[in-house]
Amino acid sequence: MTPEEQNFMRKIETEEKIEPKDWMPEAYRKNLIRQISQHAHSEVIGTQPEGNWITRAPSLRRKAVLLAKVQDEAGHGLYLYSATETLGISRDEMIAALQDGSAKYASIFNYPAQTWGDVGAIGWLVDGAAIVNQVSLQRTSYGPYARAMIRICKEESFHQRQGYELMLELCRGTPEQKAMAQDSLNRFYWPALMMFGPHDSESAHSARSMQWKIKRESNDDLRQKFIDQTVKQIEFLGLEHPDKAICWNEARGHYDSGEIDWDEFYAVINGNGHCNRQRLQHHIKVHEEGSWVREALAAYNEKQKARKQQAEANKSNQNVA
Amino acid sequence: MMSEQQLQQATFEYTLRLGDDALVLGHRISEWVRNGPFLEEDIAYGNVALDYIGRARMFYGYAAELADDGRTEDSFAYTRSEREFSNLLINELPRGDFAYSQVRQLLVDIYANLFLTRLLQSKDATLAAIAAKAIKESRYHLRRSREWVIRLGDGTEESQHRCQLALDDIWGYSHEMFEMDALEQQLADAGIGVDVSSLRDDWLVQIREILAEATLQLPADDWKVSGGRDGYHTEFLGHLLTELQIVHRSYPGCQW
Repeated sequence: MTPEEQNFMRKIETEEKIEPKDWMPEAYRKNLIRQISQHAHSEVIGTQPEGNWITRAPSLRRKAVLLAKVQDEAGHGLYLYSATETLGISRDEMIAALQDGSAKYASIFNYPAQTWGDVGAIGWLVDGAAIVNQVSLQRTSYGPYARAMIRICKEESFHQRQGYELMLELCRGTPEQKAMAQDSLNRFYWPALMMFGPHDSESAHSARSMQWKIKRESNDDLRQKFIDQTVKQIEFLGLEHPDKAICWNEARGHYDSGEIDWDEFYAVINGNGHCNRQRLQHHIKVHEEGSWVREALAAYNEKQKARKQQAEANKSNQNVA
Repeated sequence: MMSEQQLQQATFEYTLRLGDDALVLGHRISEWVRNGPFLEEDIAYGNVALDYIGRARMFYGYAAELADDGRTEDSFAYTRSEREFSNLLINELPRGDFAYSQVRQLLVDIYANLFLTRLLQSKDATLAAIAAKAIKESRYHLRRSREWVIRLGDGTEESQHRCQLALDDIWGYSHEMFEMDALEQQLADAGIGVDVSSLRDDWLVQIREILAEATLQLPADDWKVSGGRDGYHTEFLGHLLTELQIVHRSYPGCQW
């Protein structure tokens, strides 16, 4: 190991954060760019399924809450892009990578938000799963990422509560409303479990990320936490658990659960979800539609700069005269 | 002279108008979320939409209080049809492109600042209190729409062209903002409502100044459309309400 590498590993081992100007192995930098930009893209693409419901929210209070939530998610995208930029990549490059498919976003957003109940299920289960992961990332080794996570977690736990509260209202409502809640739970439960990624033994990036403390807990451990916490929440709603194999295991101190349909997981990741194409196409379309606005902004700023320079030149000429 | 009861009924209708304006424009602005030209604009639009939805809730909440017949903010938003909505037409026009939305917003924001400044003086304490909250938001909205119209107008040839087209298409809907009917006249006389006919000169001064900086032409006053306060709307409103009300109306009587 070079002295730089030794110093880097010493910091990792003693829980000292790595900061943007610190030396870091190239693979560490690449790994972080991949992970944080993917996280940023997920926040941004995630505004599509929920944004889809803003105009149809069934009460003004829910509409206001949903607007605030989607706005938060876009804000998370923004600070995660900024955190990634500290690693030497521009937002334009990240957006290009998203649009050409070389960067990914969370596959959960390839599932359609079909009903109002899905807005609740997304907040409760999808944000809930994200929090379990993000809480552990508050201790990630890269300083800007860890700090972004602390802020994001605070807002995400509000999102999860709003999702759960929305479900609770449905479950206390008419039989039709309760059926809507059950249907959303059934459709989003398994995909939420898949958000933690493949089993540890199958996970491509896991071992190295753990060694560098980018990841702090394994996919399966995090998934287990989520499974455990969700059982009581489902009971409290009075809904049926979608996993018929769910069963408390006294010896392990955890719930045993049924196996995830990994064929579905890989199928959706590989383009067979209901919304894969639409999500990216929407992002590209909106980006292209906005190009004249960005150009106008750049042109205006150029003109202003030229005017300022001209004014200063005139002023110094006057002084000379 | 109106009786106490007539005055209350008139105030109710007036408040409902203001609620409709806020809801319908808030809906249009909210359509920009996930559709903005870059992420910061998605967030800003979400913010402005949220202000308007919040404003609608305050006006509708007060209307419900005045009506005192079991109706709620959601009854007004979700269970009335287009002939019952009394928003100004300018608010229901589609979002169009980014230039269209910013130009509309500029016309509305200058108006809102003038209007709310007057409403602050209302003898109706609740209306004055709503104005006090809303004017802070509208000052920020105006700063934003003013800056955008200047940047787009004085940006590229394309952005200037888009802005001018938008301005020409929207202009005829701006006159309605300054029209008074019998109801508004009664409330203005009673010191509750705003005499909007007196706002146009100030509005126009500000518009001229901003358009000059934006290198845009002030359109001619040779056409105008109105009728929103009487429920006489464009065809756009029906579609807006269809979307807004679909879930609520599909499950009558539910709590959400």
